[in-house]
Amino acid sequence: MNIHEYQGKEILRQYGVAVPKGSVAFSPDEAVKAAKELGSNVTVVKAQIHAGGRGKAGGVKIAKNLDEVRSYAKELLGKILVTHQTGPDGKEVKRLYIEEGSDIKKEYYLSLVLDRATSRVVMMGSEEGGMDIEEVAESNPEKIFKEIIDPVTGLNAFQARRMAFNMNIPAKLVNKAVGLMLGIYKAFIDKDASTVEINPLVVTGDDQVVALDAKFNFDANSLYRHKDIVELRDFDEEDAKEIEASKYDLSYISLDGNIGCMVNGAGLAMATMDTISYYGGSPANFLDVGGGATAEKVTEAFKIILSDKNVKGIFVNIFGGIMKCDIIAEGVITAAKEVGLKVPLVVRLEGTNVELGKKLLNESGLNIVAADSMADGAQKIVELVESEGGVKS
Amino acid sequence: MSVFINKDTKVIVQGITGETALFHTKQMLEYGTKIVAGVTPGKGGLEIEGVPVFNTVQEAVDATGANVSVIYVPAPFAADAIIEAVDAGLDMTICITEHIPVLDMVKVKRYMEGKKTRLVGPNCPGVITAEECKIGIMPGYIHTKGHVGVVSRSGTLTYEAVHQLSQAGIGQTTAVGIGGDPVNGTNFIDCLKAFNEDPETYAVVMIGEIGGTAEEEAAEWIQANMTKPVVGFIGGQTAPPGKRMGHAGAIISGGKGTAAEKIKAMNAAGIEVAPTPSVIGETLIKVIKEKGLYEVCKTH
Repeated sequence: MNIHEYQGKEILRQYGVAVPKGSVAFSPDEAVKAAKELGSNVTVVKAQIHAGGRGKAGGVKIAKNLDEVRSYAKELLGKILVTHQTGPDGKEVKRLYIEEGSDIKKEYYLSLVLDRATSRVVMMGSEEGGMDIEEVAESNPEKIFKEIIDPVTGLNAFQARRMAFNMNIPAKLVNKAVGLMLGIYKAFIDKDASTVEINPLVVTGDDQVVALDAKFNFDANSLYRHKDIVELRDFDEEDAKEIEASKYDLSYISLDGNIGCMVNGAGLAMATMDTISYYGGSPANFLDVGGGATAEKVTEAFKIILSDKNVKGIFVNIFGGIMKCDIIAEGVITAAKEVGLKVPLVVRLEGTNVELGKKLLNESGLNIVAADSMADGAQKIVELVESEGGVKS
Repeated sequence: MSVFINKDTKVIVQGITGETALFHTKQMLEYGTKIVAGVTPGKGGLEIEGVPVFNTVQEAVDATGANVSVIYVPAPFAADAIIEAVDAGLDMTICITEHIPVLDMVKVKRYMEGKKTRLVGPNCPGVITAEECKIGIMPGYIHTKGHVGVVSRSGTLTYEAVHQLSQAGIGQTTAVGIGGDPVNGTNFIDCLKAFNEDPETYAVVMIGEIGGTAEEEAAEWIQANMTKPVVGFIGGQTAPPGKRMGHAGAIISGGKGTAAEKIKAMNAAGIEVAPTPSVIGETLIKVIKEKGLYEVCKTH
């Protein structure tokens, strides 16, 4: 789960990490009011969306007076920002962060991430701040330093010092940088984050070490023990169908194609998308109904697929191990009857109670095309969608 | 022979009184797995499906001589259950539970350093040695005894591959689901090593998916060490970057972990990669025919 920059900075503030003063605004009036309260010479108006690259996309403005704050706020609110992380459709700006300007002497990069290769949390730092760190990793890999953190001791002060010296933070500010790193690490662990990225971390003219940005990502599996983080969720930043699916514990991801997929198991769901593409079709979604799905869950899954207006056909691909085929069949029949099935439906059932499942589908009176295998089903749905005027990808 | 488990493996079910665990305990018993004990704190003294229940793993081990456990404990308590299994000195523990907080798993992995217990999972379908011992949630009937080892990050895709093999008359030694989480126990290389050393295994199917670099590392290991043919498949070839495909570990981020990179690394290591999941079986058969292993692998 992602949160906004201003929310991330609030968490950092609680852990004693220096961040500029600021507050959130939902309208130009609120933006002006916030700027007035800050009373700084220079005010930064920052678009709040769940994606990086906002500066380059014109989502961060420097205002020298309140009139400028108002006009930038008007300009940004409602604007669609397209950054390298939003995809081509971009994201609409609905919130702004109004922040005091900082006297930046130098920019650095700092992050904490879960590293799969070592199964540890790793701190990464570089004196090449403000840039895309992946570009630095390409062009100057020797400028990125790593500290692997033992969960028994947590981040040790000497590791933070070593990092600060490696990053060429001025010697007299190393202790401040160490304090900041330890604070960020504590926030990371306490809140079950999976990524915290501070880009840039800055040294200011008055010798402060400040987190000028804060990007947090949290481990979805840990949210049950962090009610405070769950409250920060911004539904405007998420796909409506994905929100609906999450209510029913379904794993659903919207895609651009026109063939809806319903599958059990994440690996098989990905493989089903791959197979549809292999035969020239284009999947409209990833959907894993999970192992313990009930007929009701399957019905909801089916409705979510059909709520996507791009869907011109549906492929149900089930390898029932735990998931019983008759339950899938019941859910499909109920949903198809409730919402009215106007697009072709191909069903491939295999595994536990397969004969019973097939029998239910045959007797349902619904126009269902049976498939013998994943490849057979993918070919059939691609052909049906094409013959009904769907566009081949 | 087989890897990790066989007909003599004595199994404890941790969290045996839960609904899912009960269902699968019955299935495992039907398959012939030697389930010797269950553990649920506070339920010690009960008997379920003829299996005695204990309060702690240590008690269960002391009373029954069990050497492997399978964990169906809910996610908030699963990390503790793994540590309890390790503490009791089991040879192996297989964690089926999904949605375990990743920082819990970081601590578990640290705790396990230097300990003898092997962890499989979490978030995995389990391990099965065909017609001998089934530990986990996979449908038993699709597996047939033979000479092909299967290792996979995905549950249902493992079933797909095994089913294709069995239908084509190619039996399996052991199928291991290593799970879809970013921090897990046994990895591809551990399984490949075991299959390489197992005299009954003649060839291996390895099923990966997008995210991380485990497949690339396995490919390197195969090139340097593997004496048996390996056939692969990578799920998520058409997955867009930045979208998490169900498994916590299945995400392309920062341009890393794409299917194309993985397939390239595997091809470079001499691994034939099936272009679609429907032809995993066919691809294996083609390769074992080339190596002259088809006749010895064919079981019916």
